[in-house]
Amino acid sequence: MGHGKYRIITLFLAAPLTLYGVFVLSPFAQAFYISLTSWTGFTAAQPFVGLANYRKLASDPGFWTALEHNALLLVAVPLVTIALGLFFASTLNVGASAGTVKGVRGAGPYQKLFFLPHILPAVITAVLWQFLYNPQLGPINSALDAVGLGSLKATWLGDPAVALWSLAAIMVWTGVGFYVVLFSAAMQSIPKDIYEAADLDGSSRAQAMWRITLPLLRETVQVAWIYLGIAALDAFALFEVLLPDGGPDNSTNVVAQYLYQAAFQNGEFGYASAIGVVLCLLTLLMAAATFGLSRRETIEF
Amino acid sequence: MTDTTTPPLSAEPDAGPRSDSPGDSQAAGSSPHRPAGRLSRRLGTGATQGFLGVWALLAAVPLLWALVSAFKTNNELFASPWKLPATWHFDNFVRAWTKADIGEYFVNTVIVVVGALVLTMLLGSMAAYVLARFRFPGNRVIYYAFVAGMTFPVFLALVPLFFVVKNLNLLSSYPGLILVYTAYALPFTVFFLTGFFRTLPTSVAEAAVIDGCSQEGVFFRIMLPMAKPGLVSVAIFNFLGMWNQYLLPLVLNSDQHKYLLSQGLAALAVQQGYANDWSALFAGLVIAALPVVALYLALAKKVQTGLSVGLLK
Repeated sequence: MGHGKYRIITLFLAAPLTLYGVFVLSPFAQAFYISLTSWTGFTAAQPFVGLANYRKLASDPGFWTALEHNALLLVAVPLVTIALGLFFASTLNVGASAGTVKGVRGAGPYQKLFFLPHILPAVITAVLWQFLYNPQLGPINSALDAVGLGSLKATWLGDPAVALWSLAAIMVWTGVGFYVVLFSAAMQSIPKDIYEAADLDGSSRAQAMWRITLPLLRETVQVAWIYLGIAALDAFALFEVLLPDGGPDNSTNVVAQYLYQAAFQNGEFGYASAIGVVLCLLTLLMAAATFGLSRRETIEF
Repeated sequence: MTDTTTPPLSAEPDAGPRSDSPGDSQAAGSSPHRPAGRLSRRLGTGATQGFLGVWALLAAVPLLWALVSAFKTNNELFASPWKLPATWHFDNFVRAWTKADIGEYFVNTVIVVVGALVLTMLLGSMAAYVLARFRFPGNRVIYYAFVAGMTFPVFLALVPLFFVVKNLNLLSSYPGLILVYTAYALPFTVFFLTGFFRTLPTSVAEAAVIDGCSQEGVFFRIMLPMAKPGLVSVAIFNFLGMWNQYLLPLVLNSDQHKYLLSQGLAALAVQQGYANDWSALFAGLVIAALPVVALYLALAKKVQTGLSVGLLK
């Protein structure tokens, strides 16, 4: 395939590489430098301040509060989403009887329906839940009243003790269907005769789940955890639309919002870039830790 | 697989996808062995069906509620959130489209997303093809430069990106948004399609070159059609990501007449509090969700695969 090889290489790579270099690589590289300056965006000069932004960050309570919220999301959202995802996927695929490894009736329609919230744009989800959570007129509280559970009513987005969890619940609501599909695909690649052998040996369905399905799904769960972890660390659209000022008593501000506020509301571009660098490092650290903590020999089957 | 007479104890070597046809479930329920465990299993199945039903309601009811609310009057919306509208107000949609500017935002979104999607697929497949098919110095460096772009959160680039776009005079413009959307969709597109092109056979392309076909001709007339399944998956993934994008337009597009749907809806959600026309807002939500929901309902399996490939990141 020698004819015109270098011509086509240049022709086909020039435009994508230029675009990528200008809008992705160069901003990423610049961010590290800008984080070492006190740039406010209005001057051409970017006064170099060394690590001052990072020192300020270390003692900035607003940043730590936001980080704490991300940390809570980072634990709660993947845990609940994966648990529900595994539960539903296993009932849909290996549920009806451990011995025969068939799924329950209507597995297809269930998966299709569960997935639906996942494809909605985050802004639509946010506006929709703003109404669902409305304390006086919203359907959730009025439904709780109607079934006699009025004591469970809450000001879902207005109570500092509840607001973050109300947002986490939305993240779980959107995520579960996706992971049901993902885990289902993984479960279907497990050979059936393993379950049949286990059933012959008298294992229960719960045992089959813990001893067979979960160990064989280790890698898929790992990937899911990283993906959900990134979503928890990068959470922005949902939070910014529902509670743009960081929620009641600043109880829902997350790092990405804090970065956005620092840059585009306060004009502290150097400081915002430092937050970006920290957020990036945390993301890489989380991914590495997930792989490191759960490193074990892969089971071939 | 769908043979219902297969005895449950026979080991089936076939590990392919399980059927969910009712026949299979019946076969499962009437397992002849270990009758003692059957009752508890039946009960267990009832419980799991219950859980599945609860989650099905949790997924469906909010969406249906939003859909029905889009046809209500403001009073109905707040006075009786769970009742059906007395008359179905299609005029809410007209008001949303014209008075609440959803029509304008919709057109803006279509221009940006279609432009960016076409450009992403074209440039992404070109770069991926060259990286997958030709050996040349720098091939690996370029490939890993693209892959690196998938690892960093976009928030890291946000501040410098704003100024890059500003210095190019592309803030609040269609070309600006299209180029930025494309640039950020390229890493995954190139990564995925490079892998895909590597799996395609080379013999047809080589024969075509010998017959005098140009390299461009080989790419557009032979390789692209062969790569269609991969292109479809990535295109669906990119389309949903672009249609749902909120952060980039929020930062790069402040002209209200260029607002995309995500921006417009977020702004409306605040403004309608003053205008007090919530039913138009719900109609707007339905309009904005329509393209992605329609795509999903038409091609559920393809959308599910398309979004799952994103996990390869």
